[in-house]
Amino acid sequence: MSSIAATAGSSDHGHSAHGEDRLALLKAVPFWSTDHKVIGIQFLLTTILMLMVGGALALGVRWQLSFPWENMPILGALFANAGGQVSPEFYTMLFTMHATVMIFLVIIPVLAGAFGNFLIPLMIGADDMAFPILNALSYWIMWPAAFCFAASMVFNDGLGPNAGPAAGWTSYPALSAIPEAAPGSGWAQFWWLLGVTLVGVSSMMGSVNYMTTIINMRAPGLTLFRMPMTIWGMFITAILQAFALPVLTAAGFMLMADRVFGTCFFVPSGLVVNNAAPTVGGGQTLLWQHLFWFYSHPAVYIMVLPAMGMVSDMLSCMCRKPLFGYKPMVYSLAAIAGLGFIVWGHHMFISGMNPALGMTFMVSTIMIALPSAVKVFNWIGTIWGGRPVFNVVFLNCVAFISMFIVGGLSGIFMAAVPVDIYIHDTYFIVAHFHYVLFGATLFGVFGAIQFWYPKMFGRYMSEGWGKLHFFLSFAGFNGTFFPMHLLGVAGMPRRYADPYLYPYLEHLLPLNQFMTLSACVMGFAQFILIGNIILSWFFGKKAGRNPWNANGLEWTAPSPPGHGNFDIPPIVYRGPYEYSHPDRESDFWPQTEPPEAPKPVPQQDPEPAPA
Amino acid sequence: MKWFWCCFFTFWPILAVIVCLASPSLGWWFPGASASPLGERIDDLFYMILIISAITFIGTQAGLAYVLFRGAADTDKDPSHKAWFSHGSHELEVIWSVVPAFILLFIALYQMDVWAEYRVKDAFPQQKMRSVLERLGQERDEDSSLALAEVTARQFEWRIRYPGFDPETGDLLPLMPEPQATDLYAVNDLHLPSSSPVMINLKTMDVQHSFFLPELRIKQDAVPGLVIPIWLEANEQRTYQLLCAELCGWGHYKMKARFVAESEEDFLDYLHRLHEEQNYDRVENSEDVAAE
Ligand code: HEM
Ligand SMILES: [Cu+2]
Ligand SMILES: [Cu+2]
Repeated sequence: MSSIAATAGSSDHGHSAHGEDRLALLKAVPFWSTDHKVIGIQFLLTTILMLMVGGALALGVRWQLSFPWENMPILGALFANAGGQVSPEFYTMLFTMHATVMIFLVIIPVLAGAFGNFLIPLMIGADDMAFPILNALSYWIMWPAAFCFAASMVFNDGLGPNAGPAAGWTSYPALSAIPEAAPGSGWAQFWWLLGVTLVGVSSMMGSVNYMTTIINMRAPGLTLFRMPMTIWGMFITAILQAFALPVLTAAGFMLMADRVFGTCFFVPSGLVVNNAAPTVGGGQTLLWQHLFWFYSHPAVYIMVLPAMGMVSDMLSCMCRKPLFGYKPMVYSLAAIAGLGFIVWGHHMFISGMNPALGMTFMVSTIMIALPSAVKVFNWIGTIWGGRPVFNVVFLNCVAFISMFIVGGLSGIFMAAVPVDIYIHDTYFIVAHFHYVLFGATLFGVFGAIQFWYPKMFGRYMSEGWGKLHFFLSFAGFNGTFFPMHLLGVAGMPRRYADPYLYPYLEHLLPLNQFMTLSACVMGFAQFILIGNIILSWFFGKKAGRNPWNANGLEWTAPSPPGHGNFDIPPIVYRGPYEYSHPDRESDFWPQTEPPEAPKPVPQQDPEPAPA
Repeated sequence: MKWFWCCFFTFWPILAVIVCLASPSLGWWFPGASASPLGERIDDLFYMILIISAITFIGTQAGLAYVLFRGAADTDKDPSHKAWFSHGSHELEVIWSVVPAFILLFIALYQMDVWAEYRVKDAFPQQKMRSVLERLGQERDEDSSLALAEVTARQFEWRIRYPGFDPETGDLLPLMPEPQATDLYAVNDLHLPSSSPVMINLKTMDVQHSFFLPELRIKQDAVPGLVIPIWLEANEQRTYQLLCAELCGWGHYKMKARFVAESEEDFLDYLHRLHEEQNYDRVENSEDVAAE
């Protein structure tokens, strides 16, 4: 396929190869485009916008937790009734929609959608995705999804601020199945389910595309074990999506049927909800939990594996050193993905399922910490003996490792069933998943934006603003989320509009206020990121093809790459991590550079430890 | 600048450890020592994992700090001296896979007993439960329920059903699966004998809820369509908090109730009081009048 690219330079496709129109990709963003790079940037900009929306919802939650029942500034005037006071209904909507937006419209699409799209063809030397139209559809269907979510926030049985879906992002029935169960379980829940289904359609189109592209369209010489970790992460994520998502989609339709057609998949008989007539039926609410977590546990890995891959690549480049233990890294990714399918029950230890199941799920869950640990050790090994450049990319990658350690360790507490009896559904869990999802994934994404920005727009982002953004995000993040572990140990339940109703939690108010302050710092710091992205479009230092002296295929294409990506069809001679080879003058060795000497380079020899 | 960042990544784990060490004295820790024997064992398991993960946390963060400082120092040296060209080490991979594997497996297996005792019905301390019921003078036979009360959650309150007294003998009856005319009811106020294991049945009338006694470290979801037995044992005779831990609607945060652990005599007195309240102004009174 990449032979098309050979002619691209001479045809009128290859205009940006001349390096003049650096914003060519950006200019295509508002329009329908089947170019994977444009779609990637469309996803990236959309997810950043959604990040701000989700962040605003989170600040609403934090407001209520630190100033319960006081009028909310700014947002309150727009949304809540009673002069801006957060009502309990509004509060349930806030945290439900915060999680929904962050998971379905930010984390999943920013990894697979934005970076997956932009990087996969470039890193494997293809000229585009296997199915470009499908690819474009996978982006544009995000808008109807976003529309449904927006609709779910305002339409219920009428317009109003308290109308939003109120069953949490997990949407457990019977709360979500029976319209009478909550103010938001009417039409709002319907819109919400429709939104999730559409997001799923988008993910599925992406997933099929990525698998096909990675399997069939690799450049000559790019064997599986020469693929960069980013591609491995994307590939395994695509497989997870393809196998897990149908289950959620099916469950979504079943729940929809329960609500609209009066089936009873999830509704047992005889429930009297809110004085409505007793339900008929014979369903099981636990069925939803099984189906939901059968998807959503693999989904939490969908939300981190690509970031793990990108961080591996960035670290190796920024340390000028080969990735430590490439194959163990690949195998541990695969192990996480494989084990990820048999641990879903750890979300259900307390749910009333058979206690014997709890024991098996505990063992599999605790064992999933093992490949995670192996990855952490290998990342540290990658920095070990390297020559790190302390730039924004590297700092964000180190933050990724440092935060992932915390998230992995807190996972073990909850995986231990007896301990989980106490900490389940407390703030301990909230701390855990923010450390893995924000602390790890989002810092990885911040690094990745900085790293691949020159490829997207032919200019660097500002280092100074990037460091300030990193510093404020990191400090704000830890100030917000580290204390949540302690709140969890203190027994503060999650999803409470007013925990201070309980005497044993009253004294936690000042700590919560501190956390809200930190959250504001973190939230407003994101404007620096946005400013940096926008200003660098016009004023950033100009970058060439390979601004970081990196080895990957994407760096042999022009910045930004023209339609068809490569002006010279790449042929791959080695893996992507040959930095600082002792026999070479320069400290990097691009994958496409033909070997100088005909004799093969021994790569697996025992190397001396750094002096 | 690079030294600043090295210190930065060293500083935050130190701060985290200090905060954790200080938090019990600041009140950001367990709501008191566990008030039940099983809870004490849960706390012990928590502390065991805490110690193991604190060691891992400090070890890995120290390793990270070391490689950062080391890298920063090395870049100052002769720039022609390149990074260590290493693709990894087989020995290290084996060590750092096998050692954590054993530690993790140990953690997993070590939890089993407590979990079984908490949830697996055969491992419940049934003998002790039976003797409490006998001490309360319950008219039991072989297959009478071991449960002393039934807790039914609903939006947004806890309804409690106790067995009543035999109208003939005045003795406590066993709890029946279906409500009986003699049953006694209370709302948001669960009374049970202290200092020995007692079992209750957990149900819900509408959506999911979760029965959470933080001081006793007990939590169990109430699931529509299921009756879930849980048992508890309060060490002290006092009042504990009972709250809901599973999102059940807008009023989830206000499913506030209390659990009163009291002596067996006080518990029987309480049931008698409930009995009198529920039957006040009815049968007895008119019978009294008729007798005169
Ligand atoms: C070391 C590996 C990990 C272990 C042992 C682990 C364990 C657990 C357990 C046991 C729970 C359920 C807690 C409860 O509900 O009581 C949980 C929740 C969760 N985990 Fe992890 N986890 C790990 C890694 C991750 C990663 C890498 C992610 C995401 C990138 C993640 C995301 C989540 C999320 C989102 C939830 C909460 C879902 C909810 O209830 O809303 N976890 N984890
Ligand atoms: Cu999970
Ligand atoms: Cu509740």
